[in-house]
Amino acid sequence: MQKKRIVLSYPHHLVDQPVISKLVKDYDLVVNIMRARITPNEEGRLVLELTGKRAGMEAGLKYLSEIGVEIQPLAQDVKWHEDRCTHCTACISICPTKALDVERKNMEVSFKRDKCIACELCIPVCPYQAMEILF
Amino acid sequence: MAKTIEEINEKIKKGKAVVLTAEEIIDYVAAKGAKRAAQEVDVVTTGTFGPMCSSGAYFNVGHSKPRIKLGGGKTFLNDVPVYTGFAAVDFFLGATAMAEDDPRNKIYPGKFAYGGAYVIEELVAGKDVKMTATAYGTDCYPRKAIETYISLKDMNEAVLLNIRNAYQNYNVAVNLSDKVIYTYMGVLQPKMGNANYCSAGQLSPLLNDPLFKTVGIGTRIFLGGGIGYVVGNGTQHNPGVKRTEGGVPKTPSGTLCVTGDLKTMNRKWLRGTSYTGYGVTLTVGIGVPIPILDEEILRYAAVRDEEILAQVVDYSESYPQCVPGSIGEVNYKQLKSGKITVQGREIPTAGLSSYLKAREIAKALKEWIETGKFLLTQPVELLLSADSGIVFKTLRERPIEKTA
Repeated sequence: MQKKRIVLSYPHHLVDQPVISKLVKDYDLVVNIMRARITPNEEGRLVLELTGKRAGMEAGLKYLSEIGVEIQPLAQDVKWHEDRCTHCTACISICPTKALDVERKNMEVSFKRDKCIACELCIPVCPYQAMEILF
Repeated sequence: MAKTIEEINEKIKKGKAVVLTAEEIIDYVAAKGAKRAAQEVDVVTTGTFGPMCSSGAYFNVGHSKPRIKLGGGKTFLNDVPVYTGFAAVDFFLGATAMAEDDPRNKIYPGKFAYGGAYVIEELVAGKDVKMTATAYGTDCYPRKAIETYISLKDMNEAVLLNIRNAYQNYNVAVNLSDKVIYTYMGVLQPKMGNANYCSAGQLSPLLNDPLFKTVGIGTRIFLGGGIGYVVGNGTQHNPGVKRTEGGVPKTPSGTLCVTGDLKTMNRKWLRGTSYTGYGVTLTVGIGVPIPILDEEILRYAAVRDEEILAQVVDYSESYPQCVPGSIGEVNYKQLKSGKITVQGREIPTAGLSSYLKAREIAKALKEWIETGKFLLTQPVELLLSADSGIVFKTLRERPIEKTA
């Protein structure tokens, strides 16, 4: 079994197509939609966590590419600007997945991309604009 | 045996001073005992790196040709207004000042993305800022407008002057209401969803000298990465509060007014800061050296997080309505563990003051002293302490009488 967190960008003409249900039915993938945004006349954006067998995952992602959905890993869309972070820990209690966490002995903050679900709760909480999410 | 500051400075000059940070001294005292530690250790260094709103800087930008009198007119740095009520080319920039057209919180809750603190950070970083001004023009200062780039190196003087910094202890903020609130203590979730604190605790300068036995007017300090001095007590200095047996105030108490040459400072330790829904502020790095003159001073400097208590205060009602009252008392060891218990409920905690950076400052100051780059000063006068009789006043409003 594989797990992947990805950001999908839909071109305008695909917004009304049942793309996700195909992933479930044809490629046997478990889909967890973490965020979704579709604006009229603009492209749609989806943050997904996909779980499934390696073959299904590869075929599913190939299907998405072929119909014109742009795929990128979630990590690329979330930036922790370490140089801006002062390790104040203001973000720690708000982050629901502990992607932002603090090592208590040194009180050093770290960001673990693979845990981030791009919920954006940290954005207004960080006084130093250290978190940036391009979504 | 008691030491003097002169004796400690002689040791510093010879590279023989024993310097520990306020964190290191804790284990040292535990291992060797206070008496021996007081003999062996010469200086304990402290540090803090947190948001401090009552900060700012004054500048003299030099005279233009022809001359302009900024005083009494309007002057802006990167569109942020400065205070010009001085002579021709002196002005003061406050950390929380914002451009006149900044949306502030018109779009709720408000980002407060730019202001005086950011201008200070950019200047310290060596960047050009845009200075624009209008003036009324006089016979001796005929010019009425100016527009130019200016940087720190162009200026005659650029001096940080923070009228209230390094608060000795602070509240722990919670929100008892049923909606999110945006405060200078950060974003507070409803129904005590989180608790935010703001102190370096056992590393914090004034918590290591709680009764001001060593810090006073003229104390040389680490300020914004450069050298600074204590001007005196900061505003709202309130030493008459309740204390623990160890002398540590249980509520916000003493404060420092500090100054230093901005040209010696580093943007790493002076950071423009934005609190969503509240405003702009400056995060300032301060480190104060504590000369270990006797065992009593050492005992204070060896204070531990678990010995420092703070009050949990509701920022939805109690704080804004200026109604005193604490809904719980916790210590900094608990706060730094990530959760506290208030009224039987476990609440996640987060800090606003960086302990990691506070330690870095204490270590930097330690290194300056060890290598003879930084000598201690004898304060001209110590800060007013618990016995001063200072009473902290709230504003008593009086109706303005209408004149006929």
